[in-house]
Amino acid sequence: MRGDRIFGLVMMVLALGYILSATTIRSSFMSDPVGPRIFPYLIGGVTMLCALVMVLKPDPDVEWPIGKTLLNLGLALAALFAYAMMVKPLGFILPTIIVSAILSYQINPKPQLAALTGLGLGVGLYVMFKFILGLSLKGLPPALMG
Amino acid sequence: MDLLNNLALGFSIALSPYTLVLAVIGCFVGTIIGALPGLGPSNGVALLIPISFSMGFDAISALVLLTSVYYGAMYGGRISSILLNIPGDEPAMMTTLDGYPMAKQGHAGEALVVSGVASFVGAFLATIGLMLMAPWLARVAFKFGPAEYFALYMLAFCTLGGVGSNNQAKSAMAACIGLGIAMIGLDKTTNMQRFTFGNMHLFDGIDFLVAIVGLFAVSEVFHFIETHGKNSAIGVKLGKVLIPWKMLNDTKGAMLRGSGIGFIAGILPGAGASLGSFLAYMGEKSISRDKASFGTGNPRGVAAPEAGNNAAAGGALIPMLTLGVPGSGTTAVLLALLLTLNITPGPLLFTERPDVVWSLIAALLIANVMLLIMNVPMVKVFVRILSVPSYILLPGVTMIAFVGIYSLTGSSFDMMLMVAFGVLGYVCRKIDIPTVPIILGILLGNQMEDNLRRAMILSDGDWIYLFSSPIAISFWVAAVLGFLAPIFLRHLLKKPPLPTIDED
Repeated sequence: MRGDRIFGLVMMVLALGYILSATTIRSSFMSDPVGPRIFPYLIGGVTMLCALVMVLKPDPDVEWPIGKTLLNLGLALAALFAYAMMVKPLGFILPTIIVSAILSYQINPKPQLAALTGLGLGVGLYVMFKFILGLSLKGLPPALMG
Repeated sequence: MDLLNNLALGFSIALSPYTLVLAVIGCFVGTIIGALPGLGPSNGVALLIPISFSMGFDAISALVLLTSVYYGAMYGGRISSILLNIPGDEPAMMTTLDGYPMAKQGHAGEALVVSGVASFVGAFLATIGLMLMAPWLARVAFKFGPAEYFALYMLAFCTLGGVGSNNQAKSAMAACIGLGIAMIGLDKTTNMQRFTFGNMHLFDGIDFLVAIVGLFAVSEVFHFIETHGKNSAIGVKLGKVLIPWKMLNDTKGAMLRGSGIGFIAGILPGAGASLGSFLAYMGEKSISRDKASFGTGNPRGVAAPEAGNNAAAGGALIPMLTLGVPGSGTTAVLLALLLTLNITPGPLLFTERPDVVWSLIAALLIANVMLLIMNVPMVKVFVRILSVPSYILLPGVTMIAFVGIYSLTGSSFDMMLMVAFGVLGYVCRKIDIPTVPIILGILLGNQMEDNLRRAMILSDGDWIYLFSSPIAISFWVAAVLGFLAPIFLRHLLKKPPLPTIDED
């Protein structure tokens, strides 16, 4: 119940923002009968309608992660975002070792296994992508390599 | 004999040693992807598109490789269904109903062989059906104007929402999310910015590959962290694999019927392989004399859904290739592949790029034979790979997703966007919002709007024009029916529960 209602409300706000944002799209001199705004209006409108149905007639609720699981998910999310930012300045190998070790630990909390998994994936995937598949990947921090 | 000439052309391209090697690799990798729980045809192919693109394959090689992966994954899904009681992918769900009980009774080998042969029969017949029907449908599709195409896109979204999900509002919302995302970027007709908020990264719109990889692959990581990889239970032991000729002979009727049902389900937009295997199973059960034995290890309950899901996979290629409208998650991913390779599916594809179409079809036939060889005698190899634990598999999948997107776009922004789509995919899965309409919306959004606007230019702004031709009207009627009918049929189409692991 709650999940559907919250999602529905969030989508309503987003759809409203979407429609408002669509009103600011400028037309150009070469216009067609429909123009660049109508289709986004339609999408926003249908979204509002669906969100309303979700709020008024929600499905039975599912079990949401709480406590430790939620914390783990947040950590994983932070690790993934950090990875997206780190991989350019630090090269492929180091961030991959760290982040895959973190993810591995969160699925199966055994530190040694996780460390080994990280090490194996970091080096193994690098060898596979760089030397077998021939992608251009920087393995080590580009700054170190000059 | 147009057909044979075309087929000869296809084989002349697809039979080169290089493409054959690619097909072998694709089939092998595909079967593994299909067998691993958490990876299926759609996220497997999605992960591999950016990588094969970065490796610089030409269009035909990439097509051969990735369609082999697609067919391979359809074969592989049954392995974990039968041995672990976990469907390797969604279409393989029905195979668990009788496959896992068979394995528990010590008939794992037989179940794997029967389902492997059934997969072959289904996929082979569907590929032949594709050869016969696709050129014909392509000729019909030449008559379609923008109004017809707009109605056709509506039909795809509506049937996908009606048949493929449990809640119409949620699937319609998913389609809107996708369409809304597709609007981001420069408007093609007027060259005006839409929803970019001045952010340079958004001028070109959001790359559909980023969305697909995020929604289909990265979201799995969150799911596995939440469940702590509980689903990677070790299943039944596999003994010696012999070919059970008698059982194959007994199930041939089920295979043929399953193929027929699956193929038709595959052609319908929005239905796809899951519905194909479901209907094939239910159909076989309803005409059987010993209904009670279904669900307790009846080989026909393995043969029918496996033939059905593979036939549906082939059938689903027909609307994707001839109309550019995919019917399922996997064909949506294949459409993404074609668009990445700069091939626009549709009726023109058949006249302008016959080499692409027919080498694809030839590659499918070749891949099928290879997969039969790989999946019957070599099935033990795949069973061994199945024991990769999820705490290695999932981090690995995530990293492959990152590498793919990074080598494709080279931008941190796109990688973060991919993670964000992963979160969206996780939330959607939690509250039972289907993700396939989101992908379909992103893929088709711009064309849908384009067709609407061209129709309005033709009619000078008269909206009645959308309903002006018999073809368009029949699409609209089918769309409304496809969206609403499942509400009334839902209690008839209830899925039977999975067999439980702990009953002994």
